[in-house]
Parts: sequence; C-alpha cells; structure tokens
Amino acid sequence: MKELIKGNIALCNGALDAGLNGYFGYPITPQNEVPEYLSRRMVELGRTFIQAESEIAAANMVLGACATGKKAMTSSSSPGISLKQEAISYLAAQELPAVIANVQRGGPGLGNIAGSQADYFQAVKGGGHGDYKIIVLSPNSVQEMYDFSYEAFGLAQKYRTPVLILADGIIGQMMEPAEFNKPKIDPNTPISADWALTGAKGRPPRSIKSLLMKDGALYEHNLELQKKYKTIAQNEIRCEKFLAEDAEIILVAFGIASRIAKGAVKLARACGIKAGLLRPQTLWPFPTEIISSFAKSGVTFLSVELNAGQMVEDVKLAVNGKCEVDFLGKPGGVLLSEQEILNRLQEIAKRG
Amino acid sequence: MKNEIVISGFGGQGTLLAGVEIAQAALEQGLQTTWFPSYGAEMRGGTANSTVVVSDDEIGSPVVFSPNALIALNELSLEKFSPRLVKGAVVIAPFKNKPAGDFNYFYVDVLDLAKQAGSLKAANMAAVGALICALEKPDTVSITLDSLLLACKKTFEKKPEFIGLNQKAIEAGYNFIKSQK
Repeated sequence: MKELIKGNIALCNGALDAGLNGYFGYPITPQNEVPEYLSRRMVELGRTFIQAESEIAAANMVLGACATGKKAMTSSSSPGISLKQEAISYLAAQELPAVIANVQRGGPGLGNIAGSQADYFQAVKGGGHGDYKIIVLSPNSVQEMYDFSYEAFGLAQKYRTPVLILADGIIGQMMEPAEFNKPKIDPNTPISADWALTGAKGRPPRSIKSLLMKDGALYEHNLELQKKYKTIAQNEIRCEKFLAEDAEIILVAFGIASRIAKGAVKLARACGIKAGLLRPQTLWPFPTEIISSFAKSGVTFLSVELNAGQMVEDVKLAVNGKCEVDFLGKPGGVLLSEQEILNRLQEIAKRG
Repeated sequence: MKNEIVISGFGGQGTLLAGVEIAQAALEQGLQTTWFPSYGAEMRGGTANSTVVVSDDEIGSPVVFSPNALIALNELSLEKFSPRLVKGAVVIAPFKNKPAGDFNYFYVDVLDLAKQAGSLKAANMAAVGALICALEKPDTVSITLDSLLLACKKTFEKKPEFIGLNQKAIEAGYNFIKSQK
C-alpha cells in the first residue's frame, strides 16, 4: 500500500529495511529529517544512532563501524559532504561498504538551503584524494529514495565499496506516494565477510589500512581497485530511456532536473518536436556507451542540470564529437521550468 | 486533469498540513500527487507555504511557477502569489476586497466557519474544503469531499480527538462554496 511520505524519510526506510546497524550524522538543512527520524526509529529498533560532534567525526565513525562488518551510513548536505571527503577516500582505499547520502543544497560555500545539483563533480570525479571511484546513485522520486537507499547497501557489500546517494533538497523535502515493499533484512544476520575485524579469537589477526609503504604494494592495491571499478562499470550501469529511440533532440538529465526535463519532452512532442530523454540513474558508473549509441548526425544532445554545467562534460566525452552537445542549467539553488526547457528545444529545432 | 495548488499564510496557520490533506485525498483516489513545503528561514515572520500538485498523469516538478489555485490566509500571501496565477485560477481568501487580476476570487470567512465547527485552529481545513468545492468540475476528475474526509481521518490517526472537528470545518468550507455555485 502506498503512503504519502517525505523523500528524506523514504531514504531512512530504505536503509532500515536493508538492515542498517548504525547511523552516524550531524544536522544540516535540507536533510535534517534523516537524523531526526532515525534518532527515534533506531532507538525503538534497538540499533545504534549517534549524533557526532561534527560531520568529519560522523564519517569516521561509519568507517569504524563498517570495518567490523556492520552496515553503517551517514548523511549530510553539500557543505557537510565536503567535510566527509577525507573519510570517503579512506573508505574507498580500505574497501569498506559504507553508504553516504548527500541531499544537495546550493553552493559553493555555505550557499543556501534550496535544492541544487552542483555536487556532481565532487560525487563522480573523486571528491577526496587519490585514484578512486564510488558508486553514485541518483534518485528522482520519493520511491527511488527508498529503493536506491535499500539497494545501496547490497551494492556496497557486493563490491566492498562506498556508495553515495546523490539526492537534492527538493527530492528530500517533497512528499509523494511511495511503497516500502522490499524484503526486510534482519540487522542481526551474521556477516560472512572474511575481512571484517571481529576479534581474532581462533584465527589469524586481520588488518584494514590504507598506508601501504612496502615497495610496489600501493601500486598493486591500485591495480586491484581499478579492476574492481571496471567490473562495477560492466555490471551496474542504470539508465532510464524515454522516447529516445526516434528523437532528434536527446535531453540528458538526472535527479530532480530529469523530472522537469521529462515534462518538457512531453510538451515538445505535443508541438511536433522529436525530443527524448536519457536519465542516468547511476552517475558513476556513467552510461557512456548508452549515450554514445544515440550519438549520430542529425541528433543534438541537451544536458539539463541545476548547476553551471557539470555532467555535460561526461555527455561530451560519451558523444565524442559525433554530434552537437548543448547545455541548459541554472546554478545557485534556482529551479528550471518545463517552459524554459521547451523554449531551448524550440530554438534547437529551429536551427535544425 | 492537473491542479497546481499553493497554500500560503503565516507560519502556524497550518498551511503545510492543509497541503498534506489535499495530497492525501489525491492518494486515496489513486491520483498522482506531490507536496512541497517552504522550509527554512522564510518561515519566521514571513509566509509559510506548501505546493500541491494533483494529476491523473505523471508529475514533473513539485515546485510550481504559475499555480491554478491559491489559498491565501494572509494578505502578504495574496500579494505574493496572485500575480503568478494562471488566467482563471481559483483563489480562496478571507479578505472582502478582491485584488486586481484575472482570477476567480472566493471570499471565505474561514475563521468564522472554523469557529462554528468548534475551533479557530481549523480555519486551514475550512479553506481546503472551500477550495475542493471551487475546483470541482462536472465530467472531469476532481478531488471529492469524501476522499478529503477520509484523508483527514488518516492524517489525524494519532490524534483521533481532532478528526471530528477538522472534518466539520472541511464540510463547512465545502458547503459554503456549494451554496454560492
């Protein structure tokens, strides 16, 4: 049965149903419903909730909890996620299955509290230091806040990698009917991880670290990581297609922008413009080959984002010069309207 | 069918909850719906508002640039949102003087209706009842009084002592418009 619920709460329910053992966080708008709700629910369920002294502390608590084989998560909004980047680099290096949610707000700096998509680069191009990738999921509805939050834990465990849910203030704050229909995983299910630090009684001790000083050790570790990233890129790409097959203008948009873009596609079709939409649901791995397969002469791509132009660079890499790539976006926590997108589509259609 | 509704007033007048009622009613009828609140600093002193979209088709943006329905519980809200309305929009407000603009203005003394229902605090619900009636069109899908009353029962599930009062206020608002139609 569907319930009317906020995106931020749906995100919590996804984590709870996935068997979350511990949540560690620090307040910031527009994701405050997450710690608020979990501070009550986690206690009711006999699980761990800690409001840390800072975002940095919270992220490192997640690192510690994950190292013992527990399912742990943290959440924040843009400025707070910047503070967590050091820990995310360490999580990636130590191959720990942490889940992190970023309910983006306007930036740079403290910015404002409106929804934004300006953390794309930070999410998919590293953010922290070193050669690493993390899986980045991009929900565009309250239902997907639940689904992706739930699935993030499975992906994190499967590949021993951090997973980031890149949401935004609008998806986080809005209410929509959603269904919490995934099988509830018992948080006390014994872990089978052969790497977790669970006490070395009866077995040789294990260690989880990122300092690899021995000659060639870090090189080897990096090669292993890259191999894993390649496997993830082969298996885990998700991309929604909408009226893209015969489209002459293909919009590419993620998260909240993709909903508005879809509305604009419908308006454009009603005016006889052959528009379509590709919506990456995973921002890393990015649907490069899918986009590339639509790139041919006579087609124009339009990347629509609530920032000054970030994902458009990955679209251009995918298109690789085979056709034109245009950009429409607004930075600073300002929303686009369907009409504004339609106006651009009409311009593109006119110039042919 | 698509209604894009803004409910606005001072923080504390129940504009967020009023929006939830409409969205919940839409859900009861199997319609698509989104609810989006104003959040943060603007709640203090200024206007607090919620935006509800109800449609029989998939909904894009939950944020609306040009609403076709407005509940304005303070004059500030009426000034702020009435210039943005689409032509022929429905406006429910407790002010006798209709501001200039090409919209369908309904003066509803929601405080008086709420008082009769049992409490001034239910003025937001009287306004919602009035709006639903004003938006009803023959032969098109509309939110019904029944689903609104059911929604009220659900949203006040944990405070059942308030269900009756709020339902009464919804009915009072609904019947007030009905008598004018």
